[in-house]
Amino acid sequence: MRRGKYPFVIGFLIAPVTLYVVFVIYPYIQTFYLATRNWRGVSAQSTPAGMDNFVRLFHDEVFWKAVKHHGILLLVMPLVTIVIALFFAFLLNVGGGTRGGELRGIWGSKVYRVVFFFPQILAVVIIGVIFGRVFSPDDSGLLNGVLGAVGVGPVLFLADPNLALYSIIGVLVWQAVGFYVVLFSAGMASIPKDIYEAALLDGASATSMFFKVTLPLLWDTVQVAWVYLGIAAFDAFAIVQVMSVDQGGPDKATTVLGLEIYRNAITYSQFGYASAMGVALFFLTITFAALTLRVTRRETIEL
Amino acid sequence: MSESPEHVPSLDRRSLLGRAAAAGLLAVPAAGLLSACLGSGEDDKPDQATGEKSATNPLGVKEDAPLEVVIFNGGLGTKYATDVHIPSYKKLFPKAEVKYSQTEEISTVLQPRFTSNNPPDMVNNSGSKLMDMGALVQAGQAADLTDLFDAPSLDISGQKVKDTLLPGTIEQGSYDGKPYALNYAYTVFGMWYDSAAFQKNGWTVPKTWAEFTALADKLKAAGITPYAYAGANAAYYQYLVILTSAAKIGGADILKNIDNLEDGAWKNDAVKKAATAWAEIGAKYMNKAHLGQKHTEVQLQHNQGKIAFYPSGSWLENEQAKDTPPTFKYAVAPIPSVTTSDKVPVTGIYAAAGEMYFAASKGKNPQGGKEYLRHMLSKEGAKGFTQLTKVMTVVKGAADGLEISPGFASGNDLAKAAGSDAFSYRWPDWYKKMDDECRSATNELMFQGGTADKFCDRMQKVADDVKKDSSIQKFKR
Repeated sequence: MRRGKYPFVIGFLIAPVTLYVVFVIYPYIQTFYLATRNWRGVSAQSTPAGMDNFVRLFHDEVFWKAVKHHGILLLVMPLVTIVIALFFAFLLNVGGGTRGGELRGIWGSKVYRVVFFFPQILAVVIIGVIFGRVFSPDDSGLLNGVLGAVGVGPVLFLADPNLALYSIIGVLVWQAVGFYVVLFSAGMASIPKDIYEAALLDGASATSMFFKVTLPLLWDTVQVAWVYLGIAAFDAFAIVQVMSVDQGGPDKATTVLGLEIYRNAITYSQFGYASAMGVALFFLTITFAALTLRVTRRETIEL
Repeated sequence: MSESPEHVPSLDRRSLLGRAAAAGLLAVPAAGLLSACLGSGEDDKPDQATGEKSATNPLGVKEDAPLEVVIFNGGLGTKYATDVHIPSYKKLFPKAEVKYSQTEEISTVLQPRFTSNNPPDMVNNSGSKLMDMGALVQAGQAADLTDLFDAPSLDISGQKVKDTLLPGTIEQGSYDGKPYALNYAYTVFGMWYDSAAFQKNGWTVPKTWAEFTALADKLKAAGITPYAYAGANAAYYQYLVILTSAAKIGGADILKNIDNLEDGAWKNDAVKKAATAWAEIGAKYMNKAHLGQKHTEVQLQHNQGKIAFYPSGSWLENEQAKDTPPTFKYAVAPIPSVTTSDKVPVTGIYAAAGEMYFAASKGKNPQGGKEYLRHMLSKEGAKGFTQLTKVMTVVKGAADGLEISPGFASGNDLAKAAGSDAFSYRWPDWYKKMDDECRSATNELMFQGGTADKFCDRMQKVADDVKKDSSIQKFKR
């Protein structure tokens, strides 16, 4: 029996491992190699550049702007999304009080649960285009139409450098909330009902029940959500590309690393420099993942 | 849904985090994937076809060698190639097989073929995903077109190809003095307006700055936005206007100095004066909402009569064809003179040959590629192109006598009135980085209360940065 084990395992692994090596590992190696070259992308020749690309990167204001935007995204987007999603999930599952001795969500919670998930199934580009109309700077925009009716505005949501990034974060949050409502609902459903009942018998209010019972028992799921959202914060390429004024503008006020990599590679034909940015993004993501794994390595409450 | 997902809390958290991290990393090596063809690139040319040179075959094309052309399928369509130019080539070389294909994304389709030394013979390098022409020249991928321009014209007897072209055409496709690209479509730029509405309301097209602002006041009082451009994606229409004014104030050499990255070229007094004048228009006569809108939206408002003047190139009428109401008659005016002592008269315009075509130097039939360009530059070829696309070509007089549309006629008149006072620049194509910065600086100047000094400082800084950057190839004209 044992003798046949390895060919059997290898037989299963060969296809996925080959695909992974060809389409993930090999491009990685090439990116690291290209980062030390100057390559215009239109012939097979490239010239060595040593560490020049990284030195330029270090002095590149736009690069640091993009990094700063990832920092803002990393702080704001997960926090807002998780808070809103927790609030909704709580309302949907235990917010309706008790009826017949059983905890339930607010009226119509089953419908809301489905409705909240809708944004998740729309493609990012479609969401970008829809919100482009919502944020439109004249009366034809949904928000400015309403604001105009009450005599305010027009507010340049996407064209004002101080507002643009937050407008885009708002869209990202809007899209993400539904998924995390479902995730947290699942987590809440697995919290034993007798704990809630005990808390209710002791006269706990909805607020203290949320902070003293739900949140601690859901902590595990919240951490998972944080990591997912953190990684999403290192992307944001598609939504910025579709929605922002002047691709990452105005004046690079919404640019992200993905967009700068694209711009340098495709528009400026500087593949070496773009690869150096890719390498920087690689290390940023790895650092984030390692940090999160370390920070969240605390014991969870065993049920 | 998700009523009883007991499995969620029991899922190993650390392995989930690890997997999530790996998923995030997948996003990184995008540039690496694009480069998958890079590696052992030997610079070997494939066998190239050549034939005997003769009076009818001045470029020495091998008569039965297949030819491959790739056409960008955009605003101009592809009919001009399939119905005019390819038949013309096949008429002269009946034994040659012409392989034709079209794409909306030139770089996506062709960049891998260039990196793997298997390029098509003739490429229409155009569209928003065009390949960087400077990079192609730098890599030796484009054929030197000197022999094409010295060859006799296909159907204008007694003239060489270069004699049949509008002035500036060859320079527009030259890199360091050598021609590598043919810019085929001739585009004039100006301020477009609805001549029918102007006539009806008794408005006259301004020639001086005082007339311009006086008319703008009148238009504003009538509830019309006097001037507009789309900040979201078409700020380059406006920097073209600002630099046109600068060239009119101080002469066309202003633009040449900017192209050549001369020290202080952007801080020239003429650039500053032009920026000051336009900043005032931005502050007084424009709609701030246009900063957040795209060219399609603003052009539609122009068609609806909400905007009086809109700066653009002569493709505008064709682009808007399906949205233009029948009462709307496109006409174009040159940019008004900023000062009374402008070096260039008010009729001076920005005019450029655009729409790039080039023959691949490492293709299988480079001479055939050039010969194809010679057919495009014949009088019949150019006329056919204009008839099908409503766009002028660089071939002198090829559009004469063609009745096409009011906007086309107005553009033609504009070009004739300008005569030799037509100028252009190259820096946005040569240095994309400056293009990006200038879009931002222009939006700041026109919409966000920027000043001429700030505009000039920003542009001078990016020009200096580009000049210092050894990884960017520099060009001169």
